[in-house]
Amino acid sequence: MGLLSKKDAKLITDPLADNNPITIQVLGICSALAITAELEASIVMSVAVLFVLGVGNVVISLLRNVIPSKIRIIVQLVVVATLVIIVDLVLKAFVYELSKTLAVFVGLIITNCIIMGRFEAFALANGPWRSFLDGIGNSLGYAVILIIVGFFRELLGSGTLLGIKVLGDPIEKTGVYAYGYENNGFMLLAPMALITLGIIIWVQRSRNEALIEEN
Amino acid sequence: MEKRTDKNSYTILFAVGMVVVVGSLLAFAASALKPKIDENKRIEKQQNILYAMGVNENDEGSAIFVSKGKVADEFSKYIKKQIIIQGDKVIEDDKAYLIDIKKEKALAKEDSYQRRLPLFIGDKEGKMFYVVPIRGKGLWDAIWAYVALDNEMIVQGVYFDHAGETPGLGANIKQRFFMDDFIGEHIFSNGSFTGIKVAKGNADPLNKDKMDNEVDAITGSTITGDGVTAMLKSELKLYVPYFKTLKTN
Repeated sequence: MGLLSKKDAKLITDPLADNNPITIQVLGICSALAITAELEASIVMSVAVLFVLGVGNVVISLLRNVIPSKIRIIVQLVVVATLVIIVDLVLKAFVYELSKTLAVFVGLIITNCIIMGRFEAFALANGPWRSFLDGIGNSLGYAVILIIVGFFRELLGSGTLLGIKVLGDPIEKTGVYAYGYENNGFMLLAPMALITLGIIIWVQRSRNEALIEEN
Repeated sequence: MEKRTDKNSYTILFAVGMVVVVGSLLAFAASALKPKIDENKRIEKQQNILYAMGVNENDEGSAIFVSKGKVADEFSKYIKKQIIIQGDKVIEDDKAYLIDIKKEKALAKEDSYQRRLPLFIGDKEGKMFYVVPIRGKGLWDAIWAYVALDNEMIVQGVYFDHAGETPGLGANIKQRFFMDDFIGEHIFSNGSFTGIKVAKGNADPLNKDKMDNEVDAITGSTITGDGVTAMLKSELKLYVPYFKTLKTN
């Protein structure tokens, strides 16, 4: 990346793999379980978090020298909640259809631990530009995992991707269903999200042994 | 030395300042955008009612409303009459679709209050439609629907919506594959009101049997499905006395 110095570029690339907020820091698990039954929901949630974390990190970083340390967590919460509510109101007024799709995610964004985690660990100690990059990097790292989990859960659970029947029609018995294949309804339930996540963590750590914690 | 930002007085001042700034910002945003949001909600109600009647721009697989620009014209074209039923009284009111069902339900908890029940009577190509707005509880939050019935009390179309059901599971009640199953279902069985049950394993996934008062449930959304069943049963029931008067006339 010519635009960014090596140090800045690392802010974006690190969270994608070796310091991924979900698989390494184990943050944001709740939303990764709740909304990954469909690929589309995973993508929408990723974009929403990208926006909130990017902007929120900059706001917190700008305020970092004036926030009283005793109530900093509350201040962070207020910033996230305000951002999310304003965005929600604006969407409701100007892009009503989109706001209906997003309504479910609003609560999940406010309580997403990754957002609080990055505010606390990064934005409070770094300048706005670096905080912005950190926010973007972490939300992309979050997005990668959400999209992988969403992809497998929708494909194996409903036989569709983004609502398109890629494996044929399960009721009319066309495509792979003609050969006796069945959708695995269990993939749609939360436990399978956790198991899929576990498999991703396993694959990642077996490829890079430096990530394995010592006992 | 103690940092300036660690002092109690500073902390309190900051907190007060933050509340004032954020509070007025939110209040300003909410009140400035309220007219636009209300307008959107009003349009959506009209779109929902028309959708249930089969006036929509559906393509092969997805549910698409008539467009925002056209909705007002189409609404006055197809909806012939809007009435409010309150006990034995029936009054006509062309603002009936703006009645907030949620508020009515809350008010009706008091015995002295008679709930106002809006009903929209439509006419599409010479066929009568009775569109009933109903509201109930899903797994996480409210669910609501518009159910269009014909003279024979057979469902001609439904539109379901929800405030916060799980995406990919309960949220699928607003998908065509679920809503379309209701078309043709009867809400009466042998002359008595039964509603429509969202049933698991009813051995009729293609929903060919229209007389069974059942539609096929969605995997992984049992509680939302039960909510739909309960909502259809308890809310449509309120309209039954009125529908009976139609039959005798």
